[in-house]
Amino acid sequence: MIRINCPFCGYRDHSEFTYGRDATVDIPGLDASSELWVEAVFLRDNIDGIQHELWHHVHGCRMWIVVSRDTNSHKIYSVDAAHQDVKRLLESEDVLVPGAKDTLS
Amino acid sequence: MTSRRLNVGGFVDREQPLDFFWNGVRLKGFSGDTLASALLANGKSVIGRSFKYHRPRGVMSAGVEESGALVTLGAGDRSDANVRATTQELYQGLIAKGQNAWPSVEFDLGAINNLLGRFFAAGFYYKTFMGIPPFEWGSGTGAWMWYEKFIRKAAGMGRASRLPDPDNYEHAHDYCDVLVVGSGPTGEAAAISIADAGLDVILVEQDSSLGGNSLVLDESLSSDERLAYLKSKGVRVMSRTTAFGIYDNLVVGLLERVSDHISDPPAYLPRQRFWIFRSRFIILATGAIERHIAFSNNDRPGVMTANAGCIYLKRFGVLVGEQVTMATTNDSAYQVAADLNKAGASVTLLDARPQISSELTDIIQSSGIELHLSAAPFDVIGRSATRGLTIAKSDGSHWKKAFEKKCDSILVSGGWSPVIHLLSHRGVKPIWHPTDACFLPGATDESIVVAGAAAGVWDNVDCRESGERVAEVAIRTIKNGLSSESVAATMGNSGTKSSVIPLYEVRNSKKKFKSFVDFQHDVTSNDIRLAHKEGYVSVEHLKRYTTLGMATDGGKMGNVVGLALMAEAAGKEIPDVGTTVFRPPYTPVSIGALAGRSVGKNFRPLRKTALHDWNIAHGAVMIETGLWQRPWYYPQAGETISEAYVREATITRRSVGICDVTSLGKIAVQGPDATEFLDRIYTNAFAKLAVGKARYGIMLRDDGLVMDDGTTWRLSETDYFMTTTTAHAAQVMAWLEELLQTRWPSLKVHVTSVSDAWVGISVSGPKSRAVLESVSSNVDHLSNESFPFMGVREVFLKDGVECRVARISFSGELGYEVYVPADFGSHVMEKLWVKAAELGGCLYGLETLGTLRIEKGHVTGAELDGRVTLEDAGLGKMASSKKLFIGSTLRRRPELLRQDRPKLVGIFPRDRTTMFNAGAILKGADSAEECGDGWITAVTHSPELGHWIGLGFISGGHSAWTNKGVVSLDPVRNRNIDVEIVSPHMVDPEGVRQRG
Repeated sequence: MIRINCPFCGYRDHSEFTYGRDATVDIPGLDASSELWVEAVFLRDNIDGIQHELWHHVHGCRMWIVVSRDTNSHKIYSVDAAHQDVKRLLESEDVLVPGAKDTLS
Repeated sequence: MTSRRLNVGGFVDREQPLDFFWNGVRLKGFSGDTLASALLANGKSVIGRSFKYHRPRGVMSAGVEESGALVTLGAGDRSDANVRATTQELYQGLIAKGQNAWPSVEFDLGAINNLLGRFFAAGFYYKTFMGIPPFEWGSGTGAWMWYEKFIRKAAGMGRASRLPDPDNYEHAHDYCDVLVVGSGPTGEAAAISIADAGLDVILVEQDSSLGGNSLVLDESLSSDERLAYLKSKGVRVMSRTTAFGIYDNLVVGLLERVSDHISDPPAYLPRQRFWIFRSRFIILATGAIERHIAFSNNDRPGVMTANAGCIYLKRFGVLVGEQVTMATTNDSAYQVAADLNKAGASVTLLDARPQISSELTDIIQSSGIELHLSAAPFDVIGRSATRGLTIAKSDGSHWKKAFEKKCDSILVSGGWSPVIHLLSHRGVKPIWHPTDACFLPGATDESIVVAGAAAGVWDNVDCRESGERVAEVAIRTIKNGLSSESVAATMGNSGTKSSVIPLYEVRNSKKKFKSFVDFQHDVTSNDIRLAHKEGYVSVEHLKRYTTLGMATDGGKMGNVVGLALMAEAAGKEIPDVGTTVFRPPYTPVSIGALAGRSVGKNFRPLRKTALHDWNIAHGAVMIETGLWQRPWYYPQAGETISEAYVREATITRRSVGICDVTSLGKIAVQGPDATEFLDRIYTNAFAKLAVGKARYGIMLRDDGLVMDDGTTWRLSETDYFMTTTTAHAAQVMAWLEELLQTRWPSLKVHVTSVSDAWVGISVSGPKSRAVLESVSSNVDHLSNESFPFMGVREVFLKDGVECRVARISFSGELGYEVYVPADFGSHVMEKLWVKAAELGGCLYGLETLGTLRIEKGHVTGAELDGRVTLEDAGLGKMASSKKLFIGSTLRRRPELLRQDRPKLVGIFPRDRTTMFNAGAILKGADSAEECGDGWITAVTHSPELGHWIGLGFISGGHSAWTNKGVVSLDPVRNRNIDVEIVSPHMVDPEGVRQRG
């Protein structure tokens, strides 16, 4: 069983999460060309090795997270908040103080 | 075989006799027996019949690797097939019978297959599928079709009960620092060391007794004494529990047999408990399994492993025979021979090796055992019981038949195979050690170590040391956060003291002989050579072709021998042929345990609206839609569903109908950028939606196809209330969260699912306003002028309950959706219903909801199936050309813009008295398209129009089929009906009624 260290909840079984999509795909702006959109929506690499994936903690905190996972061994190298501002906030020292995560709410 | 119980010895309690039934005959055993030991104590030799050849089979081992003594346990709905008698504990009143035999295991007519053996050789099934050469080459399986049913009846094992399983099973979860598998000397030592270090350790033992191999040593502690000691040390102990698989992240699956050993278990106990353990370190002290040797008729009742003979003697006080011939390739059998000799058996020992150590010579000399060196078993004499053994002597390169020896029991030790299955589950390849003639565990970078006999440490004292050593590694890893790579570096196989010569088969030159490799599937050494001759070079192919190792024992006894014979046939070394991969489960896991409590009505979660009880009390017949229980229809006395929905729909269009729509998804979209957010996700404009108004909206996926629809109400400048379809509620919520967290993190918007906070009640029909007025505190608010179509109002009821009401209509009539805080749901529903009933209204359910919306051509999940564009659904005008939105680029892909795409249409039967079915294919009468031109998604009888109508999709849409013949093809129900294609808006196309 894959276990994911959710940055907000700690280690949880993968059954609490759903897989979203390839996290490395740049979703173009709404005004982008159809070529860029086709690239983003339909073309995927089938990676043998470390892949960055978006997962949703759907039966937990409902946050989207970026999981770096080896597709061969299922070994997980890192888990971060997908929301860039939230990620920065988590990395800042204030938040590492116990209880300080309350500042997020 | 003349096995019998001794008066002393073993851990059985002779003060506690137990009655049990074997094939209907009452027998006696003792508390502490397994079914196998009790059968042996009663002198039973034939326990089962083999899979293909129906050969008589007896007890072959004393553990999970058993391939002979497979029985059916219990009766009726509790009958359990293929139970290993060697691991089943005896209890008072146990019922067991032999299987795969008729009329009995002693005399089985199916044994005719034994004479037809040449037809059932390797690949028998595959060859049969191909047809019988030369008559059926290429023409396939005509013959198979004919005799399949006979073969299926003849082959196989026990029969499963067809009745529902009456037992309960549980799922449980737990955590620990270190999980130790196996309570033999290695595991016990490891667990105690770890507990001493203050870590949380679980010791798992598949057997009912703790101690593993320690149990057969002289002056061994009893299992209870071991348990007491382990507990005093702080070790958590789980016996009767099998670690059947190791998964990612040190997650281990365990099966605990809670009450399989109890004759009349209390109702509160589950039969079995399925555990998922999350650990930080795993120690595998799983021991080793003794191997067989392939020789002619090595499957006869009375032939078993030397270790089995030892266990029956030392643990159960059962002597397996009076005249025992043992055959060994290694040292381990000598102590067994001495013990048997001491217990009164006359023992002859054959050692395949030309010379032995002085220690072994001492054992022999002090006991009076007859020893033959360079000797091996050749052919068993006897059929249903062992009567003797033909013995072969080696001339250094070949085995030659030498002499016969009368005996009633043959014990074989072909060397030991470490139990590396659990590590194999992790994809770790085992390594062949020629000196020990076995596979040893390979290296892993996970926090899993193998110790003791499972790692090729054979001596009990060394095993304890091995356990203590890996315990230190576990402690250091957890306490110092040692990386898993350094765990791997500290391991490595310890030196061994074994001296074994590899001997896998004593080959018989006679053509007609069977020496078995995989007993349970009747795979012989000749089958393996045949497979090789037919070109199977990969061991994985060999397995599948011969079915070697694919029986319920998973190849525990036969795999290494099979591999060795394959290597020999190919002229290669064993590691060059390959190794097989073991997969979970280590021993069979019942389906009931996997299902746990998720059976029957608990198979999946059930969602009930807050009005559920109210609906039931008012006569609703419920229907499952997804996880939801929703009212289907409200029949009056004697009404069928068809009569009920026609009545409900008619009343709703003429006066008023009330429907529970609580299951719709409801999302609060709030924040300064909420308007901008909605403008991006909906195809139509939301920027100019006034406060107090609702708007129907459609969202697309990135690929331009329709995702979902619903209405969104503007409650204030920054506060919206979004509704979604019932089916897509969860998906839409996750989608909005993804957009806000990953795509547009700078938008200041918060989304909250409020689906369960509100009860939704739809009030529809010309008299709906009157119903609402009767409960509202301010009637003026509800007039057509102050509360127009698509308006949203906060309405205070006379009793003070605050509701959100939108004047929207799915039915096409004047209608309101009333949202009430869930706790007040049934209170408000009751108020509305009392008034509606007074006005001649009705309650209606999903069936009528469908009728009303089909008449109007409103789409639901049946139409919005993920393959449909806005234009296909006839909603092209919903796409704003003045703004960008999700899907606005890719919806304009050329393929999606083709005019001949299937488009939403209405369908009438040409003969208005006929009906047709949803799911049918639409095909133009003159069309050459064999796959049809479209399909029908929904059909209902329209009370308004007085005939059957439908919705569907057909190439080009309504305009392309005016005045053209179309057929509704329903080949499954064999009904083809001429239909007419019409506009999907079949009732009140101008929408006059909902605005009135």
